[in-house]
Amino acid sequence: MSHSDSQSYPGINLGDIDPKQQQRVETVQFGFWVFIMSDLVYFGLMFAIYITMIDAQAGGPGPHDLFDLRSLFAQTVLLLTSSMTVGLASLALKYHLGLRRVYFWLVVTLLLGLGFLTLEIMDFMNMAAKGGVPQRSGFLSAFYGLVPLHGLHVATGCLWLVILMIQMRAIGVTDQIKSRLMRFGLFWHFLDLIWIGIFTIVYFGGLAYG
Amino acid sequence: MSSVESSTLFGRLTWDALPIAALLKNPGVNEIVANAAGGVLVGGAAVVLFILSYFKLWGPLWRDWLTSTDHKKIGIMYIVFALVMLARGVLEGVVMRAQQAAGPGDGFLEAGHFAQLFSTHGTIMIFFVAVPFVVGFINFIMPLQIGARDVAFPVMNQISLGLTVSAGMMLMVSLVVGEFSTGGWTAYPPYTGAAFNPGVGPDYWIWAIVVSGIGTTLSGINFAVTIYKMRAPGMGFLRLPMFCWTVICSSILIIFAMPPLGVAALLLAADRYLDFHFFTNDLGGNMMNYANLFWLFGHPEVYLLVLPAYGIYSEVFATFSAKKLYGYISLVIATMSIAVLSFTVWLHHFFTMGQSALINAVFGVATMLIAIPTGVKVYDWMATMYRGRIRLSVPMLYGIGFLILFVIGGLSGVILANPTIDYQVHNTLFLVAHFHNVLLPGVLFAMLAGVNYWFPKAFGFRLDERWGRISVLLWVVGFLFTFMPLYFVGLMGMPRRSFSWEDPSFHPYMITAVIGALIILSALLSVLVQLYISIRDRAQNRVPVGDPWDGRTLEWSIPAPPPAYNFAVLPQVRDRDAFAEAKENGTAYQKPTGYDDIELPRNTPIGFLLCVLSGVWMFALVWWIWWLALLVSVAMLLIIIVWSFGTETEIVIPAAQIKQEHEAWLDLVARTPAVDRDDETAPANLGYARPDMEGAT
Repeated sequence: MSHSDSQSYPGINLGDIDPKQQQRVETVQFGFWVFIMSDLVYFGLMFAIYITMIDAQAGGPGPHDLFDLRSLFAQTVLLLTSSMTVGLASLALKYHLGLRRVYFWLVVTLLLGLGFLTLEIMDFMNMAAKGGVPQRSGFLSAFYGLVPLHGLHVATGCLWLVILMIQMRAIGVTDQIKSRLMRFGLFWHFLDLIWIGIFTIVYFGGLAYG
Repeated sequence: MSSVESSTLFGRLTWDALPIAALLKNPGVNEIVANAAGGVLVGGAAVVLFILSYFKLWGPLWRDWLTSTDHKKIGIMYIVFALVMLARGVLEGVVMRAQQAAGPGDGFLEAGHFAQLFSTHGTIMIFFVAVPFVVGFINFIMPLQIGARDVAFPVMNQISLGLTVSAGMMLMVSLVVGEFSTGGWTAYPPYTGAAFNPGVGPDYWIWAIVVSGIGTTLSGINFAVTIYKMRAPGMGFLRLPMFCWTVICSSILIIFAMPPLGVAALLLAADRYLDFHFFTNDLGGNMMNYANLFWLFGHPEVYLLVLPAYGIYSEVFATFSAKKLYGYISLVIATMSIAVLSFTVWLHHFFTMGQSALINAVFGVATMLIAIPTGVKVYDWMATMYRGRIRLSVPMLYGIGFLILFVIGGLSGVILANPTIDYQVHNTLFLVAHFHNVLLPGVLFAMLAGVNYWFPKAFGFRLDERWGRISVLLWVVGFLFTFMPLYFVGLMGMPRRSFSWEDPSFHPYMITAVIGALIILSALLSVLVQLYISIRDRAQNRVPVGDPWDGRTLEWSIPAPPPAYNFAVLPQVRDRDAFAEAKENGTAYQKPTGYDDIELPRNTPIGFLLCVLSGVWMFALVWWIWWLALLVSVAMLLIIIVWSFGTETEIVIPAAQIKQEHEAWLDLVARTPAVDRDDETAPANLGYARPDMEGAT
């Protein structure tokens, strides 16, 4: 088979591998896309719930009392940057720029993810200090049903990344591990997209309509 | 919630949770029925454990089944699980019919017990009978029909089974420890919220639904990817057997429709466990969000069940009419249309819950639209039979029963789709009659037809024809006696889910219905008798060649039972009905030019481990045993992580072994006398069909 065929899976360099393995990678990647699609439905529904409950504040604190846009800005910068760094890791892998560079960008991604989570948790603690707890109103329930769900995904992603880096050492950078890195990248970009939805709909939308 | 006594070690679990405690305190018919049910369950489990130990079956059970990643075995385990749950669901139905027949007045059960019965009956029949039955058939049949060696993700498939079974076991556990929800299978809050229902019942429902929902979602992903990516060479989309088309549509429905159910159940859990206010009456909760979420899942759900059933009927009608399926393209379009339309009708489940007339009208019209593609299908099936060489064997009898009864059920659905009429009959037994009228002939009869049709493929021998026919008769008659009267009492105004009633004019209908329920019970027993007789007489019903019905699709082109690798050499598909085409052109049963090594997924215990652990996890959450829930969560996470480090996930079957096995089978084919269709049910039928239908494709 020709050289270009063997690299037909975009975004990652699997080297000259046999068609069966290529087919395997295609199948797994496609399956992961389908999973993301299903996960997206979860988020879509939580967004819908939030929109229907913006006004259900029941006399409790609302968006204007609770949302901290400076922290939101910092979280957004961290998460969007981490999306870029995971992309740089994929490129380093694809163009054989050396494993050290791959590790470097993955570690940066992990640190940015953890930084995002730290800021988010601080945010929740500040909100709670102002009486913004999920038990207070339907609006706050919807907020805490959606935003921490994204946070939980980011935390899962961080754990996944740590395990992947251990596996790169323990198993080696095999085709299987490369294909997992590719899926991790997909997942991480997906979380970024969700975050864009969160700051537009939950935060800006909340401030505009709440 | 915090007012409930709760200890660190056992949460809120005490000896009073056992039904025997209630019996000792307050002996009565109600407690006796509850304890008998628990006793049957515990006794049944003990008998199974004894048989396994006595015949020393633990080893084979573990090696060949529980750790297997073979899609065929996983499919069979799903179906066995569905049959076990079906037995409980039918028994509950009989007890409910008996309760209502014991009126006028209060019958012999307490209201709460009756409410548990209709809640578990609905939950079991939908999530733990219909779903595993359908998923089991898809598992067994679909990879064989598309010419694949397994599903795309065999280990995930095993995990799906494990999660479904552990969730089903929670319903069994609720029979013995504590109680189940009294909120119906839909579990509407605020009734199921902590304020009105502080007990464990709704929690059993929630976790069973969440965990089995995850299992089903993973199955849907698995099936969709398998069909999209793993078809045999030449198997274009418009050459797929109709069953596989229905599987694609059903998988899409699973992928998009299971998340709303998960969201609904998890938000209800947040309300109950963490004092959130999604669906509560106070502080801004809104239960209409629950109704919308639930039915956003609930309506696609009925189509994800019934579409594969249509697929089974399509295979049955074509095979037993010895004809190509009539109107293949129109059936594909109809199936897809139903799949899409099923997402546009959910609101018809709550026409009376306060929408504007305009919105009700839109959803009413959308609902009626579904009758069009369904009607197309009915005509296509009848046209398939027209001028075919019809054999009235058991699957075909189920099919014909379905055609007649399902049209009645469908038309009562069109009646209900009209919001003005729905205002009169909603929440009456008319509705109960309607959905049983579509689900029994639509789904259950299809599953039984499928069992009779594909059993010889799975186990290498045919099921007993005589008892099969008795079974069809009992199911059809039992169905008619049980549910036709409910249409009438429904129109007369009898509400569904009533444990008590007073109007004496209902009485004859209630008596008829309980007679019907007993006939259905005997139908279920007749299935067991058929199974017993067939296993006893298996020597005369063997079909080792594998094609007892002159089948048309690829699963009939391989031995029965099929080897672990399914196809010695992957088939090259040249037409729709690939095997019928091969038989007609004389290219069936040919010796391949060469064999390759085949890689198969290795056995793994991960599905079984997650099954047990997820069961413990659910139990711990239901009873607030927090330390245990946390411990098991960590254990499950660790198991998945450790598993992901494994690299030796496949075994290789050498080409020489495949060559030897395959050529032994080809020799058998050459030695076996072919039979024509007149001898289809005779012992002479060893599964080699004589090509006596030239030109009749």
